Amino acid sequence: MSTIDIATARKVAHLARIRVAEDQLPKLAEQLSGILSFMEQLNEVDVTGVEPMTSVTPMRLKRRADVVTDGGYPDKVLSNAPEAREGFFAVPKVVE
Amino acid sequence: MTLNALTISDARDALRKGEITATDLTMACLTAMDAGDGLGAFVHKTPEIALDQARAADARIQAGDAPSLCGIPLGIKDLFCTKGVPSQAASNILRGFRPEYESTVTAKLFGAGAVMLGKLNMDEFAMGSSNETSCYGDVINPWRAGNDETALTPGGSSGGSAAAVAADLCLAATGTDTGGSIRQPAAFTGITGIKPTYGRCSRWGIVAFASSLDQAGPMTKDVRDAAIMLQAMCGHDPKDSTSADLPVPDFEAALTGDIRGKTIGIPREYRMDGMPDEIEALWATGRRMLEDAGARIVDISLPHTKYALPAYYVIAPAEASSNLARYDGVRYGHRAKLAQGDGITEMYEKTRAEGFGPEVRRRVMVGTYVLSAGFYDAYYNRARKVRALIKRDFDEAFAQGVDAILTPATPSAAFALGKEMSDPVEMYLNDVFTVTVNLAGLPGISVPAGLDKSGLPLGLQLIGRPWEEADLLNTAFAIERAAGFVAKPAKWW
Repeated sequence: MSTIDIATARKVAHLARIRVAEDQLPKLAEQLSGILSFMEQLNEVDVTGVEPMTSVTPMRLKRRADVVTDGGYPDKVLSNAPEAREGFFAVPKVVE
Repeated sequence: MTLNALTISDARDALRKGEITATDLTMACLTAMDAGDGLGAFVHKTPEIALDQARAADARIQAGDAPSLCGIPLGIKDLFCTKGVPSQAASNILRGFRPEYESTVTAKLFGAGAVMLGKLNMDEFAMGSSNETSCYGDVINPWRAGNDETALTPGGSSGGSAAAVAADLCLAATGTDTGGSIRQPAAFTGITGIKPTYGRCSRWGIVAFASSLDQAGPMTKDVRDAAIMLQAMCGHDPKDSTSADLPVPDFEAALTGDIRGKTIGIPREYRMDGMPDEIEALWATGRRMLEDAGARIVDISLPHTKYALPAYYVIAPAEASSNLARYDGVRYGHRAKLAQGDGITEMYEKTRAEGFGPEVRRRVMVGTYVLSAGFYDAYYNRARKVRALIKRDFDEAFAQGVDAILTPATPSAAFALGKEMSDPVEMYLNDVFTVTVNLAGLPGISVPAGLDKSGLPLGLQLIGRPWEEADLLNTAFAIERAAGFVAKPAKWW
């Protein structure tokens, strides 16, 4: 029976890039623990020799020639950007 | 009868005979849509687009070119990207997003002449079973329990679609179904909803939740309409690598109602502890209806059914956490206001905390956890193995000659808004009869089959063999004819 402690909740929130206030972490840890203990039922199943399902219906993914098929409209690509400058997406400074 | 209450098939026939015009039909729906604001179903209305499309449809019909959906007013779930029209998956993180492109499914519908009335409310990113996680607010079920005025959920995630169709605000609507999001709300509102086989409908341009489970489908007033609309939505699309390159049969032509000699399986594992008597009775009635229509009924076993929900609630959040990584405040939608000195990590973390609602945040974090180093095998891989076993259960039933499987659609009738929001796991139990179908990639349909003692609709679910939607629709048609479900919610809105 695994439970999520506050440190783990903090770590998961950071990995998910979702800010969670310190005072919200205990409640989050409790809810995540509840959900995970629900999933623990899966441990009852004998999965020896079973391959994990990767494709819903047996199908081979199609291939196509490696050529440009679309594009050439940066204005459209940028039209929904919160911030765009000179044909680029703009973000805060990434490298000091 | 008012025009907005017509079925697709009746409207089609009247349009072709020139008895009504697409413009009048669309006007009637626009009036009903505005009068239905109290239901919270439509969240972005597009009357100008609708009237332009209706006029174009009238011209097309006059020219003798009238596909089945020509001039038919539809509502479109907010999950579908519609060019130039807000498409935000009921999330604040996509506030203001207007796609520069059209989803394949809506492009096919509009190509067939369909009219878009507007975008429909839903659970945020389709994560929910009661339409209470939407950034737009709740949808209210047009049905009430007798004289009790308590606001009931229309189900979710396609709650706006279900309410709009049940209340005759549109003739039909698009839905999507990842764990039951078409079939559960259809059952809660007394309408028909089908999730086709995984790969039948292109997912291109539909905001992704869990890519190995998501499928679009129609939500309609009857089975014939489901056949007509599904036909227009299906087909191979090179832009979706999982889209099936298979011919689409004529679904409407398959509706003969003749199911003599068909074998219907009744899975014993779907008899849940604490299942209400009325659901049990409805299931028995459905069994009898199919038997009376000449089908052979067999008891079957799907032994891993019990593990479908926990497997689903590992796999769906895992896929969601990957899919929703794209909402980072860079390319579209919301970006948080940053403080002095905030860098890109703060931008991501603040943007996603502000933009996602509580259920979406929770599922993304669950997904992140089950995919993280050290837990990947214990949770994610194990869930995918259990998923393989769930699919094997169905494969074995079909190999024994079962043509379709009959189950209840939901474990209860529509419940009160707010009732199950406090406990996420309690809410997940709503999907107990429907998630198996998504995990196995099968087609499933919910058909209204009766009312409970308080007068709320109840649905039966039929599960079909892969790619055999035509046969499945025909079996559903037999139930529909036998059930003779004609009840409508009394108008209070």
